[in-house]
Amino acid sequence: MNFGYAISLFLNGLASASSLFLVAAGLSLIFGVSRVVNFAHGSFYMLGAYLAYSLIGYAGPSILGLALSVVAAALALGLLGGVVEVVLLRRLYAAPELFQLLATFGLSLLFSDSALLIWGPESLLAPRITGLDGSLQIFERSVPTYDLVIIVGGPVVFAGLWWMLKRTHFGMLVRAATEDREMVGVLGINHTVLFTAVFALGALLAGLGGALQIPRSPADLSLDLTTISDAFVVVVVGGLGSMPGAFLAAIIVGMARAICLGVGTLPFFSYDVPLAKLTLVVEFIVMAVVLIVKPLGLLGLPETRLRSPLRAVRAVQPLRSSTASMIAASSLTILLLLPLTGQPYLLVFATEVFLAGIFATSLYFLMGPGGMISFGHAAYFGLGAYGAALLHKSAGWSMEAAIVTAPFIAAAGGVVFGWFSVRLSGVYLAMLTLAFAQIVWSIIFQWDALTGGSNGMVGIWPSEWLTSKTSMYFLALSLCATTVLALTFVNRSPFGFMLRAVRDSALRAETLGINRIAIQWAAFVLASFFAGLAGGVFAFSKGSISADVIGVGRSIDGLVMVTLGGMQSMAAPIMGAAAFNWLQDNIMRHTEFWRGSLGIIIVLTALFYSGGALSSFSVRWPRRDAK
Amino acid sequence: MRWKLIGAALIFAVATTGANAQEPIRIGEINSYKAFPSALGPYRLGWQLAVDEINASGGVLGRKIEVISRDDNGNPSDAVRVAEELVSREGISLLVGTFASHVALAVSDFARQRKVLLIAAQTFSEKVVWSQGHEYAFSVRPNTQVQTAMLAAEAIKIKAKRWAVIFPDYEFGQTAAASFKKEILAKHPDATFTDFPVPFGKADGGALVQAVTENKPDAIFSALFASDLIRLAREVAVRKAFNDMPVFNLLAGEPEYLDSLKDDVPVGWTVTGYPWNEIKTPEHERFLAMYRARYNDYPRVGSVAGYLAFHAVAEAIKKAGAADKDKVITAFEGLTVSSPFGRVTFRKVDHASTMGTFVGRLGRRDNAPAMVDWHYVDATRFLPNEAEALALRPKR
Repeated sequence: MNFGYAISLFLNGLASASSLFLVAAGLSLIFGVSRVVNFAHGSFYMLGAYLAYSLIGYAGPSILGLALSVVAAALALGLLGGVVEVVLLRRLYAAPELFQLLATFGLSLLFSDSALLIWGPESLLAPRITGLDGSLQIFERSVPTYDLVIIVGGPVVFAGLWWMLKRTHFGMLVRAATEDREMVGVLGINHTVLFTAVFALGALLAGLGGALQIPRSPADLSLDLTTISDAFVVVVVGGLGSMPGAFLAAIIVGMARAICLGVGTLPFFSYDVPLAKLTLVVEFIVMAVVLIVKPLGLLGLPETRLRSPLRAVRAVQPLRSSTASMIAASSLTILLLLPLTGQPYLLVFATEVFLAGIFATSLYFLMGPGGMISFGHAAYFGLGAYGAALLHKSAGWSMEAAIVTAPFIAAAGGVVFGWFSVRLSGVYLAMLTLAFAQIVWSIIFQWDALTGGSNGMVGIWPSEWLTSKTSMYFLALSLCATTVLALTFVNRSPFGFMLRAVRDSALRAETLGINRIAIQWAAFVLASFFAGLAGGVFAFSKGSISADVIGVGRSIDGLVMVTLGGMQSMAAPIMGAAAFNWLQDNIMRHTEFWRGSLGIIIVLTALFYSGGALSSFSVRWPRRDAK
Repeated sequence: MRWKLIGAALIFAVATTGANAQEPIRIGEINSYKAFPSALGPYRLGWQLAVDEINASGGVLGRKIEVISRDDNGNPSDAVRVAEELVSREGISLLVGTFASHVALAVSDFARQRKVLLIAAQTFSEKVVWSQGHEYAFSVRPNTQVQTAMLAAEAIKIKAKRWAVIFPDYEFGQTAAASFKKEILAKHPDATFTDFPVPFGKADGGALVQAVTENKPDAIFSALFASDLIRLAREVAVRKAFNDMPVFNLLAGEPEYLDSLKDDVPVGWTVTGYPWNEIKTPEHERFLAMYRARYNDYPRVGSVAGYLAFHAVAEAIKKAGAADKDKVITAFEGLTVSSPFGRVTFRKVDHASTMGTFVGRLGRRDNAPAMVDWHYVDATRFLPNEAEALALRPKR
């Protein structure tokens, strides 16, 4: 590679980094002040891009038209962000942080379908801007003028934000709230206005990032998801709440990606390292490495613990409520009789619910008693599914042996990834699990010879005795019941007590001689094991699998199921799984606007049942052990 | 009293037979509408037009056609679930649909397992009819290998030695790249290729154009489409790259993707596509008029495929004389239907259709992107012959 080419790659990377920085800066501000993990942030970026596209249509593709459109789009998104905060998020600050994630996830579905309604399905790129439509020759390489504009634009905004944070009263409040928001409240600062303003500013920055990209990269409906994952990566690599960190991380990630794309293969001693294959996950690899070396990101500060008043958390009680066991027994009876209805689809659907239920329960075990939120739990489901499928199809194992071995393969994944993950906490831990899941995904997606790559694997049909829908149903039901009982048992065993002790007060637990890392690691492996169990059976119940069993979508579905279930007991995630699958199945059948409708329902659920949609009906026995 | 009872029974019998005769033929339809709206929206309009047309002319065998359509959320596991629902709860006679390769293969495998007929209406995957083909699956559109071969037939004429091969790095792009190299090497064994795989939907246009330019190839083959193609075309326009270099881009002439290129349309590139406003055959003019009257919009390739698929289904049922699965499969084998692209046959040997596509160059007409110097290429010449096709398919 020669110098001129390297410079052109560098400039290209910087141009991507600029808008990555803007969107990440917004996310970082919002998280820093309000601790909201704003899943709709990518949607703000996408809407900013679409809006700027339409506005340029009116204002004309001149420099002035572009400037007006970009400013107007950013302001409009700031306004939208303000409205979202006032109408929705403000009501959720008291709820567990997962509900804010759930609500903003619902919003992102709604925004996505709305964008489809308004702008249609085609990718939209703004016309070339007169005056910025050419390129300059730098070291005999063409560099688009517009790239240079946004290369300058990012640092200018960064400087502006820096000045605002360091020199203005508002900035001082933001910094104070990021460091210790309760203290800010105690000092008599109006929380409400500050939170709204910060959220609006964050949304404005995301909208600005999207709008600035529109003469360079088209607006389309997948922009929200790709952006949110990039933005999370940048924020976490840089360190939560750190503006210079986000700036640095954006440049690192933008450059890393440009290098992978531009270089193709890198000769490394006698090997050819196919860098291009890494483009799918390069940002996650960067993140994993950074988090393993620096658990708080490049420039992150230790998270300040909220000084909430001591809650009277009731210890886990032995099962004594006869009502509860009666309910369990009678619902089990009903479920055993379900095949008598003679409706094959009902059984297929229920099988799916139970397998999702096992997955959700294992995730709940990790999140509730374990206190570790995972954004990448699908990795273990997928390892189980692919493990079983490969053992059966490629290694020629019997179905039974493959299904029995699947959880152990997933657990082995849990042993490796868990070892790194449990050394972190909070959002950092969640993001590291996501990074591992994405790395596993990209390997499975690209290893054509072994896993069938993007085609997935087909023809994974079960043994004779399991081909009937009834027997598959009973298998799923019994495994689901076993999972709930097993994890309930673990939760009530001395191990469970230690696990919760570590979660509630790591310091005290360690003083008592409990090995925090070992306990959490074991819990992580156990959760992976059960996720893998669900995955193995899933592969045979479907007959085919593809890389999306391991994708972010499934991890998020799991989080939604757990949250819908209400984090109150080991069986609640199954109700969450049932509700989520039922909703999706029915809404998809009845309306084309199903994604948006599902979004609205999720938002309303988060809003009205922040104690958990389904468990709130069981107020008579509020078990607080999950909190 | 007895007469009254007999009368009632008679009336009941007549009423129910009447109801039976009127009972529609139910057809299940599955596709990834939300995941790929730009490709599948027009497809849906196309098949809806066909179904209305069939029903307005009295349906098939005196029965109306009723389509129960489901979104599969873009993933195989949901697709298999809704397929099961359509079969066991809705009691459909056959399945139509699928787009992305992994979903198509999963549904096709389900069809084989459950012995349900599947008309794969939108997928480009040749595996559905060849390496994973079976008696229950038919495919409508010219598959990736066939379309690539059609484009390569133009590319071998220029005798370029060093090729840059740009493709989205998943099934479609990988197959296109491999087929292209195979076709070129068959004629020019000394040709060399440099791969530029791109993450699907996430192409970095700038880095890509720069890397290809740096490689200094004689000519370029690309299988980019949708937003990846838009980014590539913008960077090519802004950087004035690929000057005088022959470029061959699959699908770029399809209005689904061509129209979004607007002012960036790379004039002179050789492409496959669909010049909808220039085809003057009576079949196409009739289709175009109906489509425009109904939707106030112009058709895309997907519209034609959807329209063709449901007309083929109706013809097959008519030929079979019943919606019975085995009879319909037999009827489908060798079935010839008239379509907006002319006559199309579903081959008996491998269940692939002879639907073709248009090959031409990109240009502008009335300041809008258009295909120029195009000609229609029937798939027949590019499909494997009977012995080859049998060898491609698994043994029964």
